[in-house]
Amino acid sequence: MLTLETLPTVMSTQRAESLDVERVREDFPILDRQVGGDVSNPGAGPDDTTPLVYLDNGATSQTPERVIDAISKYYREYNANVHRGVHHLSQEASIAYEAAHDRLAEFVGAGGREEMVFTKNTTEAMNLIAYSWGLEELGPGDDVVLTEMEHHASLVTWQQIAKRTGAEVKYIAIDDDGRLDMDHARELIGEDTEMVSVVHVSNVLGTVNPIADLADLAHEHDSYIFADGAQAVPNRPVDVEELDVDFYAFSGHKMCGPTGIGCLYGRKSILEEIQPFLYGGDMIRKVTFEESTWNELPWKFEAGTPLIAQGVALAEAADYLEEIGMERIQRHETELADYAMEQLEGFDDIEIYGPPRGEDRSGLVSFNLDSVHAHDLASIMNDYAVAIRAGDHCTQPLHETLGTAASARASFYLYNTREEVDTLVEAIDSARQLFA
Amino acid sequence: MSMGSDMYRQQILDHYKNPRNYGELDDATFSHVGENPLCGDAIRVDVKLADDGETIEHVSFEGDGCAISQASASMFSGELRGKTLEELDAMDRDDVIDLLGVDISPVRVKCAVLAEKVAQDGAAIYQGEKEDMDMTTTEE
Repeated sequence: MLTLETLPTVMSTQRAESLDVERVREDFPILDRQVGGDVSNPGAGPDDTTPLVYLDNGATSQTPERVIDAISKYYREYNANVHRGVHHLSQEASIAYEAAHDRLAEFVGAGGREEMVFTKNTTEAMNLIAYSWGLEELGPGDDVVLTEMEHHASLVTWQQIAKRTGAEVKYIAIDDDGRLDMDHARELIGEDTEMVSVVHVSNVLGTVNPIADLADLAHEHDSYIFADGAQAVPNRPVDVEELDVDFYAFSGHKMCGPTGIGCLYGRKSILEEIQPFLYGGDMIRKVTFEESTWNELPWKFEAGTPLIAQGVALAEAADYLEEIGMERIQRHETELADYAMEQLEGFDDIEIYGPPRGEDRSGLVSFNLDSVHAHDLASIMNDYAVAIRAGDHCTQPLHETLGTAASARASFYLYNTREEVDTLVEAIDSARQLFA
Repeated sequence: MSMGSDMYRQQILDHYKNPRNYGELDDATFSHVGENPLCGDAIRVDVKLADDGETIEHVSFEGDGCAISQASASMFSGELRGKTLEELDAMDRDDVIDLLGVDISPVRVKCAVLAEKVAQDGAAIYQGEKEDMDMTTTEE
């Protein structure tokens, strides 16, 4: 079991009261779904007979009723374009949309709406900074420092910006248990470093990276730091000022919000200096045939009709998560992942990736079963209506480091139960027997 | 449990565990490689033609990947023997799925058709109907 001396982070979350899962589950209508029938007609059908066990939360989370209601209420009662109408509905929509920025800023400890830009997703937030800042500022001799566990969202983006600017991308190595090699980080981050772009929580390994330490390192060398929080914000308290990052991004659909919206936190002093990413309506102040000037933050980075329904729904999701309590969610997830790892560790033919049980890690388990390819495993899991992810999880270079083309990943969230973990283990066992 | 495990019927598992026509053909007329990025399946197909230059005399393959891709290659390699290049070209994904004899879920069709696509591209390149390429891929 866990020893408290070695586990300051886990210890602090254990003070949180435990979560009433059965009550939480009632908030999510989709959890009543049965599956297994024809997939060409989306939605429940007569041949769907097996209760869903949804363990693919790292890919996307499910949506509570009140967030669905927030979307519905927007379209039923105050759908209008924002920032351009004096009419009643437009004012209602504008106020709600702007307040959503304040809400999300508060959720991650940002200074206010000026520091909270809505984007399509984490990937677009990354691209926004890479294009607006990177393309302008990077050049030959400059380094962008990433990690070997980067998601393609940041890896491919900086790789391509580096190609265009002549900058060089360097990767902080990971050890055998999937932790960052901080000595290597200290070697790589130096005078030439202009940007350190690191994933906060690995979507494959579950590793929680020491972002504040990396921020110190980056700032010592006058570099910016961008943390990808797609797998962190949904399941643990995050405070961008405490982490001391310059940029931080996350996605709505992984935190009980709708698809199509992500958030970019940026330090106000930096966002004021850099150029817009997309041009068009709403992001301008004054336009002539020759020149344009830009709107104030954050609207300068939100060209065209923005994500109004998604924004107000995401604010609702933030309310929902906070009412339950981020520490409780973190604790619940960690307990489920611990339980799953404990079960899987009992089998010699299963390899688990990432830091060992007991260390601070997120609520996911990536693994491979010796005799069964990850995709075959996911297909057999699907027979039990167990939804897991199989593949490279948008981290092909990391999988090369791990020495496998694909892995299976079960990722847990606030509504998952120990019984669902038992079903997962049972389904793995039946795959093992089928292929024996 | 629902119907899906049909995908892993005994015949498929048998071909996966004991692949037929596995290995390298020393006297291949043409060879071609391909991959299915979804599963990381990789495959090389060697084809030896008879003296008439049209009839497939022998096929072998080597590869690595999921059960569907490898079992499909094993079954498909046997099926090709005696067929002409024209007949190979005329085959489509339904022929492979019929051969496997199970319902392949839509996302896994790319695994099932890998060997067929590699053989068809190899034949087309050999006949000069297609420009040479490094590898076939079954991703759209």
